[in-house]
Amino acid sequence: MIKEYLTISDVAGPLIIVEKTIDVKYQELVEIELSSGDIRRGQVLEITEDKAVVQIFEGTTGIDVSNTKVRFLGKVIELPLSLDVLGRIFDGSGRPIDDGPQIIAEKKLDINGNPINPYARDYPNNFIQTGISSIDVLNTLVRGQKLPIFSGSGLPHAKLASQIARQAKVLGKEEKFAVVFAAMGITFEEANFFISDFRRTGAIEKSVMFVNLANNPAVERIITPRMALTCAEYLAFEKDMHVLVILTDMTNYCEALREVSAARKEVPGRRGYPGYLYTDLATLYERAGRIKDKKGSITMIPILTMPEDDKTHPIPDLTGYITEGQIILSRELHHKGIYPPINVLPSLSRLKDKGIGLDKTREDHANVMNQLFASYARGKEAKELAVILGEAALTEIDKKYVKLSDDFEEFFVKQGEDENRTIEESLAIGWKLLTIIPKEELKRIKDEFIEKYLPTDIAMEDKDINAVKS
Amino acid sequence: METIETAKIIKVAGPVVVAKGLKNAKMYDVVKVSGQKLIGEIIELSKDSATIQVYEETSGIGPGESVFSTDMPLSVELGPGLISSIYDGIQRPLDILKSTKGDFITRGAEAFAIDREKKWDFEPISKVGDKVTSGDIIGIVQESSIVKHKIMVPYGIKGEIKEIYKDKFTVTDTIALIKDREGSIHEIKMLQKWPVRKPRPYKKKLPPLEPLITGQRVIDMFFPITKGGTACIPGPFGSGKTVVQHQISKWCNAEIILFIGCGERGNEMTDVLLEFPELIDPYSGKPLMERTILIANTSNMPVAAREASVYTGITIAEYYRDMGYNVALIADSTSRWAEAMREISGRLEEMPGEEGFPAYLGTRISSFYERSGRIKCLGSDDKEATLSIVGAVSPPGGDLSEPVTQNTLRTVQVFWSLQDKLAYKRHFPAIDWLTSYSLYLSGLSEYYKKEISEEYIELRDKSMALLQEEAELEEIVRLVGVDALSSHEKLVLETARSIREDFLLQDAFDITDSYSSTKKQFLILKLIMEFHKNAEKVIERGVTMEKLNSLPVKAKIIRAKYIEEKNLKAFSEIEKEIISQISSTTD
Ligand SMILES: Nc1ncnc2c1ncn2[C@@H]1O[C@H](COP(=O)(O)OP(=O)(O)OP(=O)(O)O)[C@@H](O)[C@H]1O
Ligand SMILES: Nc1ncnc2c1ncn2[C@@H]1O[C@H](COP(=O)(O)OP(=O)(O)O)[C@@H](O)[C@H]1O
Ligand SMILES: [Mg+2]
Ligand SMILES: [Mg+2]
Repeated sequence: MIKEYLTISDVAGPLIIVEKTIDVKYQELVEIELSSGDIRRGQVLEITEDKAVVQIFEGTTGIDVSNTKVRFLGKVIELPLSLDVLGRIFDGSGRPIDDGPQIIAEKKLDINGNPINPYARDYPNNFIQTGISSIDVLNTLVRGQKLPIFSGSGLPHAKLASQIARQAKVLGKEEKFAVVFAAMGITFEEANFFISDFRRTGAIEKSVMFVNLANNPAVERIITPRMALTCAEYLAFEKDMHVLVILTDMTNYCEALREVSAARKEVPGRRGYPGYLYTDLATLYERAGRIKDKKGSITMIPILTMPEDDKTHPIPDLTGYITEGQIILSRELHHKGIYPPINVLPSLSRLKDKGIGLDKTREDHANVMNQLFASYARGKEAKELAVILGEAALTEIDKKYVKLSDDFEEFFVKQGEDENRTIEESLAIGWKLLTIIPKEELKRIKDEFIEKYLPTDIAMEDKDINAVKS
Repeated sequence: METIETAKIIKVAGPVVVAKGLKNAKMYDVVKVSGQKLIGEIIELSKDSATIQVYEETSGIGPGESVFSTDMPLSVELGPGLISSIYDGIQRPLDILKSTKGDFITRGAEAFAIDREKKWDFEPISKVGDKVTSGDIIGIVQESSIVKHKIMVPYGIKGEIKEIYKDKFTVTDTIALIKDREGSIHEIKMLQKWPVRKPRPYKKKLPPLEPLITGQRVIDMFFPITKGGTACIPGPFGSGKTVVQHQISKWCNAEIILFIGCGERGNEMTDVLLEFPELIDPYSGKPLMERTILIANTSNMPVAAREASVYTGITIAEYYRDMGYNVALIADSTSRWAEAMREISGRLEEMPGEEGFPAYLGTRISSFYERSGRIKCLGSDDKEATLSIVGAVSPPGGDLSEPVTQNTLRTVQVFWSLQDKLAYKRHFPAIDWLTSYSLYLSGLSEYYKKEISEEYIELRDKSMALLQEEAELEEIVRLVGVDALSSHEKLVLETARSIREDFLLQDAFDITDSYSSTKKQFLILKLIMEFHKNAEKVIERGVTMEKLNSLPVKAKIIRAKYIEEKNLKAFSEIEKEIISQISSTTD
């Protein structure tokens, strides 16, 4: 029998303290009933002999100390799952909000999951073609990777994420795939953008959405990504699907965590975020991956907005320390009208090395990538110098590098929102850009590849650069 | 392990559990928590309660449940079977857990760290009647194709061998009997245990003697670490800490490698697990995995076990050191270990020091690095051995003023400073040549002169001077443009660029470039400096930089790093070409 308590002693921020508790467990699921009849859910954060600290997901507004009933449900939070979740939309706590029926559970899973045994992991090495040159050639995404987008307010991360979701494919394979989408504290417009984009392309049939909007309870955001990832694990590791998980916006998630931590009066780490933020984020991000002898996989694209575009802020910083690279968006490129405004130099895919090359993309891929990075970096540096000293101060060769870096942004990085380039097309643009500098400068490329792939017919400097795209 | 029920839980807060009524509890004793027997360790004791850090997830645990004491400190198992293993932070074998528990790590899993069934060929080297003391090697087991596991007389035992057997044994079989002075007989087994928080003893520490060769040019040439030395590698995310550490694990000339993945990525451990069995150790010609032990307590695994992982690793490393081996311990990342300490300390409501880290952070870091060194081992044969430590540091926001970096720099002798600016240009390893240092440099001079070349030190110092000069000249260029430089200064810039790109830059993912012997390192740098020396002469006579750069031999210098180790003769040809082509520019 479930015991009911009327013994709330304190309410502090999103927390309540319940006294005289018996047989309550750490992390147990809690249900409270307000005098208004309103039902809310929560979770035990700390438990002593006769006292429990409980965080309430829907917030504590309206809770009164003497008339609110508290029930401890004797289990941790679980998500009911079956294949019927595909095509459905849920709120941030996993309740349907699309007028569809309740899910009849084939399985109920603890939303905290368990860590994948590192010995059971299989290394992600299948190239995913996103159709976006600056990702495919320079910051290659592979199946089972966690690759976040570091964005800023007002930058087109939603467009980019849905373009990736739309275009992503593993070459030469038709396999079962699904998209799991978790929204945490984003606006109605942004959520709606994803939903209608998924509708437009038919992806909605293969999607599961968990939506907590800006006006939904903040603390609920702590469980929303866990719901989504539990669903993803079920689809990937029990139903053999290749799952792409999009988590947006992780910044709101971290803020909810900070709110709870502050209410508990914990010793804060940097900028008020709890000292365990790294560990907490890791328990989400590390749920991506592949497992030996399992057909499915989880590829994860968390999106976060960097407060003040600052990459050293704890949220992007700790994320970058856990994820397998990052795609960084640049306000400067965005203002120049370049979509997608991917700042390629500080962006990184750590798993690219085993996903590219002969039999995966093309033999020359790694060389072209290194050369483009080095040359673009040099061009950018020369440009900075030119800003101070004037173009005239540049050597002839540096002027060519400047041109290369300008064209690189204009023709390689920039592309249409529906433009889906094959890896060969992307590499071809890269090679053509490299004709701007003298052949001797191609130090990162093996001679055999220069011979085989360097276009000889166009002298780029004077030609209409549009030739590049033909 | 025998367990007796003794106490009741009174509080659960994350990985920290408080229990009342533990009788005879001692600090750092291992306990089992609740009916699920979760493994924990006592980290605080008061008159009537004990605070326990639990190495597994505590959800579903509550007050009133039992705690069982084991009366044993947290210990590791030592003996044949360690090599090629992968363990979690408290030495549970992850491969066994996968086969018994499945793909995910669930709770209450128990497994022996060392296989109890496997039989090893024990080859005695002592004989009946020998007088032996702690640390003496009494027999040998071929543990892997590379490693001879030396069975030592356990610590605290001294006496005469009464019996010793030659046969196939499991680690718990008796292999010898030793009678001590009091006349008691000790049954010696291959399996030993040692508490992880207690350094294993040795006779004495010795000053370092030789470099630990890593095959990484920037490290071996400019910022070397010694066998028995300590180094740290701080850098923001993506700057290359892990790749450098993997490179060292692959190519360094230690005989045993302990790699600790402490609170880092799961896939990085998988990478090692898949790659090391395939790669060939350049010294023994056998697969690298045969000299490697992995500790993997990834970021999503329980945080208390992460705190322990570093101790588990170093204790195993010390054990192999005690056999007389050169051991290298690589920890990625020590910051995650420090953060685990901070998290536990926070739950204990201890008075926080800087940035919430406990006040004892500095002591813990320095006592960890103090377990390194070149030593004279216990035992009567005065073996020498070394244990080197390389620790990654992950400073928040890349800001080195934070406590973990600062406390680490206070103890370690080598600082490899990674710069994200270099990483963005894909200049890898992104070790900044201007701010990094090695305090071992001068002590190793004799070694280099003797082992490689009399010219070695001069060559190295000259090229470093050029890199320093480049930095100053770049300042001038930034202010007034490149035209303000003399032709000699332009040559300096060009040579410095060549040192950076053709020597320092080293691609970890290129089969040939990944490893350079010290000989090859010397030869590459010599080519670059030879070009510089000859160019200096002609540039005074009006030969332009453009002309020098267009010499065909330039391309050969650029490609020199791809010359294979078996072809090092090719270097003297290139050197001749440098001299003849440059002198022909004045014709
Ligand atoms: N680790 C470092 N520490 C200090 N300064 C550095 C470091 N790495 C590079 N720099 C400086 O950055 C500046 C520009 O870098 P660099 O000279 O590599 O560009 P570049 O050579 O023009 O480009 P490329 O690599 O394409 O040839 C130089 O002043 C160089 O010394
Ligand atoms: N020596 C190297 N050669 C080539 N690429 C490297 C090298 N070092 C680092 N990298 C690149 O940088 C990425 C990040 O390196 P990593 O060691 O994982 O960084 P950190 O551990 O500092 O976060 C790697 O995935 C790889 O692409
Ligand atoms: Mg790393
Ligand atoms: Mg450069």
